[in-house]
Amino acid sequence: MLWPRLARALVGRPLTDPAPALSQPTIAALGERLAATARARLGRSLSIREIDSGSCNGCELEVNALQNVAYDLERFGLRFVASPKHADVLLVTGPACRNMAEAMERALACTPEPRWVVAAGDCAVDGGVFKGSYAVHGGVGAVLPVDLLIPGCPPSPEQLLEGLLALLEAEAPPRRATP
Amino acid sequence: MSASTLIRAGAPQGAQPAERYLLAAEAWARLPAALLAEPGLALLALWAEPGMVHAAFLEEASAAVLLASAPAEGGRYAALSPVRPGAIRFERMIRDLWGLTAEDAVDLRPWLDHGRWELAGPMSGQPAALPGAEAPQPAFLPVEGEGIHQIPVGPIHAGVIEPGHFRFHVQGEVVVRLEARLGYAHKGTLSLMLGKPARAAAAFAARLSGDSTVAHGWAFAAAVEAALGVAVPPRAVALRGVMAELERVHNHLNDWGFICNDAAFAFPHARCGYLREGVLRACAAAFGHRLMMDRVLPGGVAPDIAAGGAAAILAALDAVEAEMPALLRIYDSHSSLQDRMVGTGFLDPDHAARFAAGGFVGRGSGRGFDARLRPGYAPYDWLLPTIAVETGGDVDARVRVRVAELAASIGIVRRLLADLPAGETLAPLPALAGEGSALIEGFRGECFAWLRLDESGVIRGLFLRDPSWLQWPLLEAAIAGNIVADFPLCNKSFNCSYSGVDL
Repeated sequence: MLWPRLARALVGRPLTDPAPALSQPTIAALGERLAATARARLGRSLSIREIDSGSCNGCELEVNALQNVAYDLERFGLRFVASPKHADVLLVTGPACRNMAEAMERALACTPEPRWVVAAGDCAVDGGVFKGSYAVHGGVGAVLPVDLLIPGCPPSPEQLLEGLLALLEAEAPPRRATP
Repeated sequence: MSASTLIRAGAPQGAQPAERYLLAAEAWARLPAALLAEPGLALLALWAEPGMVHAAFLEEASAAVLLASAPAEGGRYAALSPVRPGAIRFERMIRDLWGLTAEDAVDLRPWLDHGRWELAGPMSGQPAALPGAEAPQPAFLPVEGEGIHQIPVGPIHAGVIEPGHFRFHVQGEVVVRLEARLGYAHKGTLSLMLGKPARAAAAFAARLSGDSTVAHGWAFAAAVEAALGVAVPPRAVALRGVMAELERVHNHLNDWGFICNDAAFAFPHARCGYLREGVLRACAAAFGHRLMMDRVLPGGVAPDIAAGGAAAILAALDAVEAEMPALLRIYDSHSSLQDRMVGTGFLDPDHAARFAAGGFVGRGSGRGFDARLRPGYAPYDWLLPTIAVETGGDVDARVRVRVAELAASIGIVRRLLADLPAGETLAPLPALAGEGSALIEGFRGECFAWLRLDESGVIRGLFLRDPSWLQWPLLEAAIAGNIVADFPLCNKSFNCSYSGVDL
């Protein structure tokens, strides 16, 4: 059952969507820029470590969906890694729960420079609906130095992809930790 | 006196549809002994308000929900954990959030409170400020034996999953004891909902656990509607059914794929991910949101299903249905995969029954409870879905329950969309006082909601219970004796919600 399907897949069209349709020229341009900037700084690819700072898990569903065959993140040179020690980007979701703050700081300390912190989702941007609770810091920026915000509740895989690609477009050099 | 008789002898408080009985502290103190003699009365939830403790029970024989309350005199109440192990984590939560202590409790270590909120008893009515307090080291249950060592995992995991800490005690490759330490995703959801009008608070119920946003949103809405005596328009009832089943389909597809992936078998993961993406896109086309968040509101559903939405949904489900037999054959015919699934993570049916585990965790271990049928609610009262029950209790059994439910849910959505009632989808809410509860079957089990509204329609008391409360402890039992490498497989086969229980 499996082998005939795999063989058919070899000669069939890929299932992967073309790059997000709403901004095809932009994405293509970003793709080229990705090649230039990422190669210069990080050697062709960005490794992403996802951190849930206490989200409702809606963002995690969409970050996982970003890795399905329809989006095929790795064609852009973006990949998720298992440890912050292997990461260039910390992609942080959730409102920065107080119970997670120490873990977030430790993960940042483990991430080698140059590195970026991306706050993904409305909660991560400013606490979202959980703003003002005794149990949250109200946004990732209250705990970690954030380089990019991707709003949405949750952000769709397309929005996440656009944000990650835009990151490489940034003119500013990557943030250095202050000594 | 049996426990149910003891509860019903209390003073009725006028809650709808399940009555809540107010017991004297002395009567509550007799509950543990009465519960010991009545194993058919399952504990669904245990929570509190300032100075008051509440419990929700399910009479397994009749599927009747029974609510009981008692004053916590001097901040203390009699623990139910010695006779209902599912109560242990609730009692720890009650102490952390409301500052009430269960007397003779099995376990009184902190649960949600890691010592980082800068206050104690945030929902007690008089939280004590603790600025700059040092967070204490967590204490784990001890294990003794030759060659035992510990493996700490989390709160940040290797995969893209929610935060939680797992402490393994291991002997060689074998897990002797797993203890989960959760609470990392505690957002203070319940306290944020208090004092808000029902419609405004619905956004929080929708974000208790994002993968169950429809189910929790529905449970919350149904509790509000019960409290206010609001009749939901028939079209909204049907659309709720459609959304809840779509939620079940996309989560079951996700889980099935991920479980296979955790056994290093990537093909079903790739295919399930692709099929699920089709379902999510159809949800976005029909309801304007991929996860259908904030669509179920107290009083009905808003907005209405979009033109062409039904066709998009049916096309996505056709694609799922067309591929299911082939995927199942692949799943069945690869011994390398079956070897990992069958017999792994065995959950004893006795344990599932003692904890009253719902969803695929309970139904994979022979407990055939499904809130859609019993107690039952519209639209399932006429749909009468078939309930898949497996008795194997292992990872494979939980997968098979999911696969059977996938097929059943597709059928339900088709029936609902084929005959969608016309008319409004949202009824106005009167500004009335009232108290209501609801039990709504989400993809991982029954979601319970209870709340009390004052005369202006503002929430004064509230609890939302994710089914994972009664499933997480069972994961610890199921992993014992398995090898560490099978933990991801077992964990994904349970797929308990972290956010849902962290509140």
